[in-house]
Amino acid sequence: MTPYLVIALLVIPIAASFSALLTNHIVRLASRRLAALTIFCCASLVAYEITLSGEVVDIVLSGWQVPLGIRLHVDGLSALLLVMTGFIAACITFFAEAYFGKQAQRGRLAFFWPLWFLAWTALNGLFVSGDAFNLYVTLEIINLAAVAMVALPRTEEAVKAALGYLVIAFLGSLSYLFGVAILYTSLGTLDIQLLAHRAVADGPFILAAVLMLIGLMIKTALFPLHFWLPPAHASAPTPVSALLSGLVVTASAYMIVRFGFTVFAPLLTTPVTMLLGLLGALAVVWGSLHAFMQERVKMVIAYSTIAQLGYVFVVFPIVTINPDSVSLVWYGVLYFMVSHACAKAAAFLAAGTLKKALGHDSIAHIGGAAIHWPMVLMAFGLAGVNLIGLPPSGGFIGKWLMLQGAIKAGQWLIVATLIVGSLLAAAYIFRVLRVALRTPEGPPPQAQNIAPLAALALILAMAPLLLGVFSQFPFALLAVGSPFGGAP
Amino acid sequence: MNGFDYWFPFIVPLTSMVAGIVIFFLKEEQHQMRTFINLAVAGIKVILVHIMVLGVYQNRFYEFRMTMFGDVDFVLHADSLSLLFVSLSAVLWLVTTVYAIGYLEGSPNRSRFFGFFSFCVSATTGIALAGNLITFIIWYELLTLSTYPLVIHRGTVDSLKAGRLYLAYTLPGGSLILIGFVWLVSLAGPVEFAERGSLAHVAAQHGPELTAIFALLVAGLGVKAAMVPLHGWLPSAMVAPAPVSALLHAVAVVKAGAFGLVRVVYDLFGIELCARLSVMPFLAAASTLTIIYGSVRALFQDDLKRRLAFSTVSQVSYIALGISILGPIATTGGIVHLVHQGLMKITLFFCAGNFAEKLHIHRISEMDGIGRRMPWTTVAFSLAALGMIGVPPMAGFISKWYIGSGAVEAQQQWVILVLITSSVLNAGYFLPIIYRAWFAPVEGRDDHPIDWRLGEIHPFLLWPPLITCLLALLAGLFAGAPASPLFWAEVITTREYGL
Repeated sequence: MTPYLVIALLVIPIAASFSALLTNHIVRLASRRLAALTIFCCASLVAYEITLSGEVVDIVLSGWQVPLGIRLHVDGLSALLLVMTGFIAACITFFAEAYFGKQAQRGRLAFFWPLWFLAWTALNGLFVSGDAFNLYVTLEIINLAAVAMVALPRTEEAVKAALGYLVIAFLGSLSYLFGVAILYTSLGTLDIQLLAHRAVADGPFILAAVLMLIGLMIKTALFPLHFWLPPAHASAPTPVSALLSGLVVTASAYMIVRFGFTVFAPLLTTPVTMLLGLLGALAVVWGSLHAFMQERVKMVIAYSTIAQLGYVFVVFPIVTINPDSVSLVWYGVLYFMVSHACAKAAAFLAAGTLKKALGHDSIAHIGGAAIHWPMVLMAFGLAGVNLIGLPPSGGFIGKWLMLQGAIKAGQWLIVATLIVGSLLAAAYIFRVLRVALRTPEGPPPQAQNIAPLAALALILAMAPLLLGVFSQFPFALLAVGSPFGGAP
Repeated sequence: MNGFDYWFPFIVPLTSMVAGIVIFFLKEEQHQMRTFINLAVAGIKVILVHIMVLGVYQNRFYEFRMTMFGDVDFVLHADSLSLLFVSLSAVLWLVTTVYAIGYLEGSPNRSRFFGFFSFCVSATTGIALAGNLITFIIWYELLTLSTYPLVIHRGTVDSLKAGRLYLAYTLPGGSLILIGFVWLVSLAGPVEFAERGSLAHVAAQHGPELTAIFALLVAGLGVKAAMVPLHGWLPSAMVAPAPVSALLHAVAVVKAGAFGLVRVVYDLFGIELCARLSVMPFLAAASTLTIIYGSVRALFQDDLKRRLAFSTVSQVSYIALGISILGPIATTGGIVHLVHQGLMKITLFFCAGNFAEKLHIHRISEMDGIGRRMPWTTVAFSLAALGMIGVPPMAGFISKWYIGSGAVEAQQQWVILVLITSSVLNAGYFLPIIYRAWFAPVEGRDDHPIDWRLGEIHPFLLWPPLITCLLALLAGLFAGAPASPLFWAEVITTREYGL
């Protein structure tokens, strides 16, 4: 049954996208709610079945065999990311409904929904596709939909951010696409598993790898290619910010990990990974420091994304220095990424709710917010616990594994980076909380009913906590089809 | 082993966790419901812990185990040492809850307060029951997170500043412990706390690394145990409401640090390994420095709560001093002080809270004749203060006696000198308070007879200090009786030393 569920994961969102364009608003409302819940259920079922069977699911579309045909490849990692996407996107769907309210029924904002489900389709597609070109296509769709959504409010700020984002996304895609083209000419296939078998470290392969990596690094906003991220992520409407910072960057980070640990493995020499690690460390420190200096809550969260994505690169040197630690790093990074995605989306939802309630998100003026809207700040705090990497969150488990890998490899600089990153994260998270916890000076401003928004933010913020407490299930799932054996 | 035994160590922290979550969702005005949940859960907890104590005494072993990932488990187990700490926190929790209900009557944000209050006790019991490194650090950090909102509860500029200082000390401290633990796991695999230590299999080839790890852990735990120079957060955390200070000082935070030290020395490294690595003289030196420094600083504080805070800095290090001597008698003294200091210090803080609440007296210079106005509170305060000095038959005397004679037994006579100096200093900062309270002349009040009718303050505020003071007195008087803290500490020592 798993193959049908996987197909459903692609068909349902695209159908919802069309439905949002074509039908009247009652049908739309019903279909998008139904779609959101169904996709999450299908993704969970896929994960459940894969965990039970312990086998990777390969689906060859329309009967053409690899290398000619298109292959969908669903291993434990893909399934975990599908569930993560399903959960986060479902929460954001309901959040967006309450957030936009009647505005999104007609006019410009009505285009949010078709774009939203298009992006969701592409995300699902990205996580299940098993070849480099399909990854490109899905990544491109995600970016186009995201750019359009960033531009939706059509304010000057939004259009500027969207344009910047568009240019950078195109540059990234182009670079990646060139790499893929070279790969295809030299190795004759685009299937990731075949690529991993055929890879030899010759000239064209190195060129291809460099181009693809640079493309993905731009999209993952690795220092020093990060400058485009904060304006785009912070100025977008909140549901879009959550999508961008939670899911879109995770998609490209996923591709880097996928390629880096398998196809590009022969190319990873110590100088290369050292360079990546250095850039990652700079991202951690630079992003965190800037997050600490921001004046708006959403900007803090956006800069925090740069810092947190840095960790994905920081641990790369361990892979080449001590091959024994590869599995620790692999599981650590992935668990970290998944928890971060949930926490980051939740943090944005909380910030957006605050913005809705106050009319602004300037840190200097949120005094007393924790007293007026405790649920919102609770959601922000729970997300923050994960960003800092404190227990009992999934981020803590990810950090524990990465630390263990670093210590086993004797890489004390990496250990220091991980710890310093955590402490800096604590500094910028508590800087916001501290103001919010101040005794309020007056009664709360008369805001709309934000309870549903706050509840959704809180539900999403519980996800990293659940990942921390019930970690054995995601780990069992990740172990299916893992290139590095069972959980360490 | 029946099913209930398996779940036992899990249920004990879980009860207060669930209570905390329920309390969060109560409305501010659901005052009776909140009080009921608080007291019911605290009561249930005392009963559960009591059952476990009996079980462990009969050599039963309670263990809860859940896989987290790979070969890493989440382990909670009840051994004799964990139960000492769990019963201390369960009993004092009940008392503090009563006190807090009375103290915070009518003040805002009580749902938030009691929610985090419950999380805090959950974390403390979790620390006590943690069976391996990762479980310990999970609860340890949870304690940091759940006490932060309590410290800043008033939301004033001062309390927010104190909260920042608290995090600025405890989060880096937690990071050091994290590094130490992860390092240990990568050297020795998934080690668990076990009586007499669990690192014997790597002791031979990893000496220097183990010494470094030990230093990391002591530095990390020393933050919460407020060892000099890592104590800076404690005096400023005094801006928190009185029940929170009582809690931070007697049960939760500083005790978590001290308990962690005991765990690391006895159940992780083990006495033999500690002796082989010869790390103990350093711990002894650090705790001696802390004992003297804290007492000296306490002498010069006029603010009552700050004086008590520096006294805590000093007193908690008796625990570290006791364990660093590495002899069975001193060990007993150090471990039993975990309980004794808790009972006496919580009494002192309750009393300080009462003085502030009823008479708005915060400074020692204002305390002249306070004994005539609040006799029972002052009686409790005086007895607890005498206990801190080490006057028999209060509990504090027992701890000091055991640490002293243990030091002599271990040929470390210099410890006696430390104890005497410290006791003199303790007397130096406590006796003037007692003198002022009872004997300092106050104009126009001398001729009033003292009103002994127990009506000086709300009963919820009066009974907790009286009860804890009585417990401290009984713990000293009946130290030799079975079921006394001393008796239990001797059970622990017997098991740790394999006597």
